[in-house]
Amino acid sequence: MKKWFSRKLAPIIMVAPTTVWMILFIFIPMIIVLIVSLVRKDTGGGIIYELSGNGYAEMFKIEYLRIILKSLWVALEATVICLALGYPFAFIISKLPKKYINFCVMLIMLPFWINSVIRIYGWDTLLRDEGVLNKLLMSWHIIKHPIVMMKTEGAVLFGLVYELLPFMVLPLYTSISKLDNSMVEASADLGATRPRTFTRVVLPLTMPGIFAGSIQTFIPALGLFYIGDMMGGARYMYIGNLINNQFGSGRNWPLGAALSIFLIVLTLVMMRQYAKVGNLEDMA
Amino acid sequence: MENNFSLSETRSVSGENIIELVDVVKCFDDDTVVKKINLSIKKGEFLTILGPSGCGKTTTLRMIAGFEDATSGKILLEGIDVADKKPNERDVNTVFQSYALFPHMDVEKNVSFGLVEKKVRKSEISERVSKMLKLVMLDGMEKRMPDQMSGGQKQRVAIARALINQPKVLLLDEPLGALDLKLRKQMQIELKHLQKSLGITFVFVTHDQEEALTMSDRIVVMNDGTIEQIGTPREIYNHPKTRFVADFIGETNVFEAYLEEAGDGEIQFNMEFGHCRLPISDFNLEEAVYICVRPENLRITADETPNFRIFGLVKEHVFIGSTCKTLISLANGMEVKVTSPQTDALFPAGSTVNIYWKPENGVILHRKADRVYDIIENAVILEG
Ligand SMILES: Nc1ncnc2c1ncn2[C@@H]1O[C@H](COP(=O)(O)OP(=O)(O)OP(=O)(O)O)[C@@H](O)[C@H]1O
Ligand SMILES: [Mg+2]
Repeated sequence: MKKWFSRKLAPIIMVAPTTVWMILFIFIPMIIVLIVSLVRKDTGGGIIYELSGNGYAEMFKIEYLRIILKSLWVALEATVICLALGYPFAFIISKLPKKYINFCVMLIMLPFWINSVIRIYGWDTLLRDEGVLNKLLMSWHIIKHPIVMMKTEGAVLFGLVYELLPFMVLPLYTSISKLDNSMVEASADLGATRPRTFTRVVLPLTMPGIFAGSIQTFIPALGLFYIGDMMGGARYMYIGNLINNQFGSGRNWPLGAALSIFLIVLTLVMMRQYAKVGNLEDMA
Repeated sequence: MENNFSLSETRSVSGENIIELVDVVKCFDDDTVVKKINLSIKKGEFLTILGPSGCGKTTTLRMIAGFEDATSGKILLEGIDVADKKPNERDVNTVFQSYALFPHMDVEKNVSFGLVEKKVRKSEISERVSKMLKLVMLDGMEKRMPDQMSGGQKQRVAIARALINQPKVLLLDEPLGALDLKLRKQMQIELKHLQKSLGITFVFVTHDQEEALTMSDRIVVMNDGTIEQIGTPREIYNHPKTRFVADFIGETNVFEAYLEEAGDGEIQFNMEFGHCRLPISDFNLEEAVYICVRPENLRITADETPNFRIFGLVKEHVFIGSTCKTLISLANGMEVKVTSPQTDALFPAGSTVNIYWKPENGVILHRKADRVYDIIENAVILEG
């Protein structure tokens, strides 16, 4: 009896809480989203339980397609900028003396402790036309008229980069700090210059970090609707806002759900790709 | 141990120096790790840097390769100061202790890495790679990834990857450290043959004295950032110049003695527990010395001999294959090891014996100043 308990039941009991949590908060909501995406919309919001592909079909309307493509493009831009900023940053951190590394990693993590909506509001206070920065510049007579910084596409990009840079830097840092310095030395020993060492050895061996960081930046960049809202305003619509809208004023739940499923599938595909590259990490 | 010289000392080495270290010092923060060493490495020789862990072997090698800058002093490669040359600009290649193979490249790509950097033609690269892989007996493994190979194979890839560049000098940092004993012995022989057939200068780091004795043309014994002695394996083994070298290389018995005048007016070496008379010069009366004698050079007899009176009790015999090691404890607790061929008649445990040796087999060292007096140089054989 006791043996049976320890061998069969104990592992089940141990994984039970996680399993229950996963089922309740991930699996069931996903199923609900999937169901909603596959039924007919009710005109006043809500749904009618009748099988329909309309949610998906509507995604391909030109105005929605344009938003989706634009969102993918902005997310890509944000990812590339994060990578360009994050890689040297992560590289420098990993080369610092040990005692400074923890401090730097903590600095990167620090923003996580403050709600991101509040932080974005902070930027609004600083950057809007009558914001702190413009007022300062005008009082110093550097500019006559306020510079329009908020409610632009640039502001959205800035917001995304600002918000997501830590998600890029952390996996990069992990990957780069794992890189055995003797690899770099071996490359130099065999006659490679520094740039050649970077492209032939460092870059391929830190590819898992680049991939992980890019996915962790790209996916949220698609979904962060409040940044589009607050930094871009109503003029700029992104897939995040679009989904958000469908469950609110848009009153098209199946479309919102279908767009969500699209994002989920995109995520899963990328994760799969990452798993393949991730194998490299064990070898490095 | 004494017949370990079979592989070495066979090639004559030309006098030309390919590497010279002049007063080289290396400090990490306040820690002086290499203390003003001078070393000339001859072209084509197999030079081994031997020393205990942490004595600065790797640091010395890394300075030659260019991974560390010397704090002061000069490093000359073929007579040219290489202080401002980066590792990729030096005509030396390194085999790292951890092999440092590129995990994302197969064997072929690893081995051809240096040639690609030198922009050698593709056809020539593949020709040289396959020749090199044949040389290290890895032909047919071109497409293997490093993580699919055994330690010995990886090690060969590392050697091939370095040698294919035809460096003037190959630096090897304990390349056999991770291998099991049998493979290690085999690789020692293979490496030595490789070095001979290619005629490339090898600078080989190890802390295994037997490995050093087997493979080297010359050995540099390092201790605590300084060079204790440089010499052929035979010189190092038979004529250690310091107590450290005597202790570190092989097994040895170290007797502490004072040079004093005996009752009959003769000068003799007095010990706590006996005395002996050996031919001397260069030593002063009242001087404290070490007398180092290898176990295989000690003899035991029941009686006092004219020149030796070092009595002890036979504690036990330990059989080691063809020889027998006898442990003898002296009055002051010192344990003396004597090895003798198994065919010798043995004194039973508990019997009192006198220890003696042929004077040319003992090395006498000054105890304060580590200067040397080597009896063999003016051998006057007093015994039998
Ligand atoms: N980068 C470094 N920073 C500070 N100290 C170092 C550094 N590299 C080596 N040392 C110190 O220098 C000394 C010599 O190191 P080195 O690696 O040359 O020893 P070694 O003779 O190769 O030893 P082993 O046989 O264990 O490899 C050691 O005390 C080590 O702690
Ligand atoms: Mg070392």
